[in-house]
Amino acid sequence: MKPIFMTYTKKDLINLAVCMVLSVLIIPTFIKTEYWYTSILIPWLCLALATIGQQIVMGYTGQLALGAAGFMAAGAFAMFNLILRVPDLGFVGSLIVSGLIAAAFGILFGLPSLKVRGIYLMVATLASQFFIIWMIDKFGWFKNYDSSGIITAQDIVILGKPFTTPLAMYFVCLAVTTILTLLAMNMARGSTGRNWMAVRDMDIAAESMGVSLLRTKVQAFAISAFYCGVAGALFAFCYLKSLEPVAFDIKLSFKILFMCILGGLGTINGAFIGAAFILLFPVLLNAIGNNVFHGAIDATIISSIEQVIFGLLMIIFMIYEPLGMAKLWENLKQSLRSKLFSSGIKNLKSSAQKSE
Amino acid sequence: MANELLFFMEVLVGGLLAGTMYSLVALGFVLIFKASATFNFSQGAMVFFSVLAFCGFMQDFNIPFVLAFILAAFLMVVVGLCTERLVLRPLMNASEDTVLMATIGLGYVLEGLAQAAWGVEVRRLDLGIGDFPVPWIADNLKLFISALDITAGLVAAIMIIGLFLLFKYTKIGLGLRAVADDAGAASSIGIPLKHIMLLVWSAAGVVALVAGMMWGARAGVQFALVDLALKALPVLIIGGFSSIPGAIIGGLIIGAVEKILEVYIGPFFGGAIEGWAPYVLAIFFLLYRPEGLFGEKIIRRV
Repeated sequence: MKPIFMTYTKKDLINLAVCMVLSVLIIPTFIKTEYWYTSILIPWLCLALATIGQQIVMGYTGQLALGAAGFMAAGAFAMFNLILRVPDLGFVGSLIVSGLIAAAFGILFGLPSLKVRGIYLMVATLASQFFIIWMIDKFGWFKNYDSSGIITAQDIVILGKPFTTPLAMYFVCLAVTTILTLLAMNMARGSTGRNWMAVRDMDIAAESMGVSLLRTKVQAFAISAFYCGVAGALFAFCYLKSLEPVAFDIKLSFKILFMCILGGLGTINGAFIGAAFILLFPVLLNAIGNNVFHGAIDATIISSIEQVIFGLLMIIFMIYEPLGMAKLWENLKQSLRSKLFSSGIKNLKSSAQKSE
Repeated sequence: MANELLFFMEVLVGGLLAGTMYSLVALGFVLIFKASATFNFSQGAMVFFSVLAFCGFMQDFNIPFVLAFILAAFLMVVVGLCTERLVLRPLMNASEDTVLMATIGLGYVLEGLAQAAWGVEVRRLDLGIGDFPVPWIADNLKLFISALDITAGLVAAIMIIGLFLLFKYTKIGLGLRAVADDAGAASSIGIPLKHIMLLVWSAAGVVALVAGMMWGARAGVQFALVDLALKALPVLIIGGFSSIPGAIIGGLIIGAVEKILEVYIGPFFGGAIEGWAPYVLAIFFLLYRPEGLFGEKIIRRV
């Protein structure tokens, strides 16, 4: 299919329009309960954004990294300090700068990727996770010498208007996520993304074709950390409404890794699917526990079961569909299409002619 | 002056002995890596799972110590069997990274199962060895060294020697090394790949159980053990993934450096640098000697 606008085809633009109508018009008109915004939609958008960051470095560039939550923490606390100390920057400006600060950490801790790969790199990125959290925890300046450990996030003010209701915060997250997602798709399809994928598929071949490994990998780490940083800032300001280093521990990194892998490595929509699944599944399990068993099952048992199921799914996906849920979704669409249009082969032929 | 030196010695010895605890965890990783070139990320979860099972048997069912140990070890063999059948065999031809991610999933399963079966509260594990200085050493050498640390060191030493002998001098060991070298070639000359894998995973499970007992006696049997086990990763990087002596030396280095940094440099930064210092040390090793001290040089063919 021919791109109509930049790298986007007609199908992409239709998808975008559907998503926008759904998220801007339909969701706000039909969902009135705050719970949906504060506990599901906002964290979903934030974590999906962080998962895109993880996708860039892991799904597209093939570097096994495990420190997304560390970069999220860097972004969140950078945001806090920027709003506190440089109020002239405004919310959007602070968001961008805090993303850049996270990106600087990304570059620093992405450097080992030039030398090592696989599990070795994972250990190197674990250093970033532990180091960033420790740094924030130990130097009072980052927390503005707050002794309670939990700091309340400032209110979001954009162009003098406060964005404090759940719906308003949802729109802030939606806007940021939409812009960054479009950018990520653009990068993934352009020369940047092709370089990433070349490095992922065979780094030696990529290098011999003139792709600079240094540039590509460092770029991927920087952009990934930028996404995580922005996601972390949104996560703290719109969802948690407080800042504490503990919220960004290694468990969150693993969660994002799971979202990325179960959603589907190397896909942008997989990030959204994976984040939705990991977020909604515990909600569903709890609902089953409360309504079917009427609380007869202990909450800790439910959360253990949830962990077991995530682990099992991870193994099952690795064995049967390493490309994750995005691929399943693709297959489902394919089979639906061929059922709806019984003359599936004709359809294929005609589309082949069109593309010619 | 003498006091300062004594204090340094105490920190050093304490660190070295604490390092053997990391070595014990790292040993399980090495066993599996040596035999199958698989990086088993769930080793930490295995430590947690096995020792929680052991505690559960002993405390909930009042099973005596030795029998509980045997039962827990048997449980780990079952876990090894299931892992080999259900996870590793289907992934035989998958890439390294895929297997690694599957073992992360396996870790989640084990953690969840352990907590579902035996609860989430911290359990105390009393091995009958106190975590306090041995009076004899304190009196004669003026060093305060915990009895538990010494036990851990001894246990580690015995296990290393045992495993070393197993790998070097038995037929099974030869088979293990053959499989590690080239699994396809080994199975084509009749080495039973399945049995070897089962054996290795069971051995790693028992090693995990022992490591868990040592850690549990010190810090209580709790979920934090999984995070502690992550510290075995820098140990492996320093020692080399495929070397049993490497796991030991790596553990000793991490243990000693971490303690010395914590005591002498930590106070300038507000302490608790133990949390990340091993990882940063590992990064420096990665930059200069990626294969570790004793590991085989990694050669990638195009």
